[in-house]
Amino acid sequence: MNRREKEEYLRKYSILKNKGKPFFPYAVGKDAAMACVVMIAIILMSLTFGAELGPKADPTTTTYVPRPEWYFFFLFELLRVIKPANFTPLATIGIPTICLILLFLLPFYDRNPERRPLRRPIATTAGILTIAAIAYLTYLGASAGSPTQIELKTPARYEAGALVAAQSGCLACHKFGENGNSGPGPNLSHIGARLPKQAIARTLINPTSPMPSYKDLPPEKFNELVNFLAQLK
Amino acid sequence: MSPRLPAPPIPDQLKSAPQRAGEGDGKKSALDHGVEAGVSAVDWIDERTSLSGGLRWMMFRKVPKGTNWFYTLGSATMFAFLSQAVTGVFLAMYYTPSATQAYESTRYITNEAFLGEFVRGMHKWGSTVMVILIFVHMARTFFFGAYKYPRELNWVIGVVLLVLTMTMSFTGYLLPFDQRSYWATIVGVNINGTGPIVGPYLSDFLRAGPEFGATTLSRFYAIHMLLVPGAIAALMGAHLYLVARLGTTAPPWIKAETSDELATDEV
Ligand code: HEC
Ligand code: HEM
Repeated sequence: MNRREKEEYLRKYSILKNKGKPFFPYAVGKDAAMACVVMIAIILMSLTFGAELGPKADPTTTTYVPRPEWYFFFLFELLRVIKPANFTPLATIGIPTICLILLFLLPFYDRNPERRPLRRPIATTAGILTIAAIAYLTYLGASAGSPTQIELKTPARYEAGALVAAQSGCLACHKFGENGNSGPGPNLSHIGARLPKQAIARTLINPTSPMPSYKDLPPEKFNELVNFLAQLK
Repeated sequence: MSPRLPAPPIPDQLKSAPQRAGEGDGKKSALDHGVEAGVSAVDWIDERTSLSGGLRWMMFRKVPKGTNWFYTLGSATMFAFLSQAVTGVFLAMYYTPSATQAYESTRYITNEAFLGEFVRGMHKWGSTVMVILIFVHMARTFFFGAYKYPRELNWVIGVVLLVLTMTMSFTGYLLPFDQRSYWATIVGVNINGTGPIVGPYLSDFLRAGPEFGATTLSRFYAIHMLLVPGAIAALMGAHLYLVARLGTTAPPWIKAETSDELATDEV
């Protein structure tokens, strides 16, 4: 906006403002009505859904699929959509950081004096697409469910390890055969062919982000898990 | 000439007519005395603080024509935040931020404390409501072009408020210390750790060390109930000050009817 446009805006605005009504009681009245709606919504949600409390946190049994609060689903989903491991940093930090910077600087690069949504087709389209993308990723995250079963054919002596893997939330980020999610971690159906046993154990103890460390698993469970993974060829 | 402050919009019917000479019996009723006492108390405070000018400036400023229900979303967000603050205080009375007792104290709140589950539910679902409202409010200011001159700074403050609100959700999620919150938080902190430059330091700061340990929980608690809410309250003040200072936008499709003289004034 150049100086003339700024002055013109301020002049038009002061005309509109002078024709307006006082904040109190007109706007305050609307705000108060809205506050009542918000309060009632919160109370009704609390009464209907309550506040559940799952089993106590336990670093040695990981019988829970790591799942964030729903409004972080779209960030977690982003990890999943951008699958290849080398791109994970791009998904985790690259895209969100760039989006945040773009959001911060919006008033500084969008210098178009026009304010009507229909006369700003680029901004309006970008806004609608962003909302659609976030909604879609949230939907994906919400419908991903929490798989806790691995149906790969497993020799009987490795069954115990398959159970540990199924219960330890690996499926939230890895695929085993038909089960699990195809990101952000690599497919583990043939991990034994790619990594020797020691390397697998090292990964579990000291993984690369965002995978959590499983070093607190009880030793026998840990060994069962590693044996199971190492034989997936 | 000193700037004129806006006056309260009292309808004429409600304004009491000044007393005429000879009217009334000169005696004051108890009500008159009460009113007078109230007025002089307010005057006493105002003489020492000059608050009334600021209040009049804030409350009786004009809001442009055409302002609609979308303009209530900002104050609704603020209201959700206040509700979080109040329910949070009650939760803090029972909650213990230690790895050994956090879960037990949350269980006590949920199952035993009077109205405990209700208050915890309000806090939990209130966070969802606040996040939805802040996003819708942001969408409103975006589509109305309200971030443009002269309100750029208010947009920037808004984005900081958005980040802080998401930080509240993230740090609050760990506090019940059940399986879900524990594992989700570990993964979340790890994701932070992959951030550029500051990422690893941020993760170390959040965990209070390279490992997820006993002090992690109290650190999350301090961030969740002191650091971030304090920053949010301060920035909300700045945000609202700027709203009052600059005035709220008129909806972009409303036209200012300029006089003929101004309309022809094109370059
Ligand atoms: C939060 C998501 C997440 C969870 C949960 C998770 N992982 Fe991972 N895992 C990853 C990511 C991402 C990588 C890739 C890291 C890299 O490329 O450096 C990975 C890498 C691996 C690797 C190395 C693969 C290779 O090809 O180098 C193994 C083995 C592995 N994970 C096993 C497991 C097991 C077993 C579990 C469950 C006990 C598990 N993971 C749980 C995200 C996860
Ligand atoms: C804690 C969160 C927030 C609170 C309590 C809050 C509160 C408010 C209030 C009460 C208003 C007055 C007008 C209205 O309600 O629409 C307002 C205006 C505004 N807000 Fe926010 N807000 C918050 C977050 C944000 C965010 C995340 C953004 C955008 C990034 C933002 C950008 C703006 C802008 C640009 C205005 C001026 C709008 C106008 O003049 O029409 N705010 N805010």
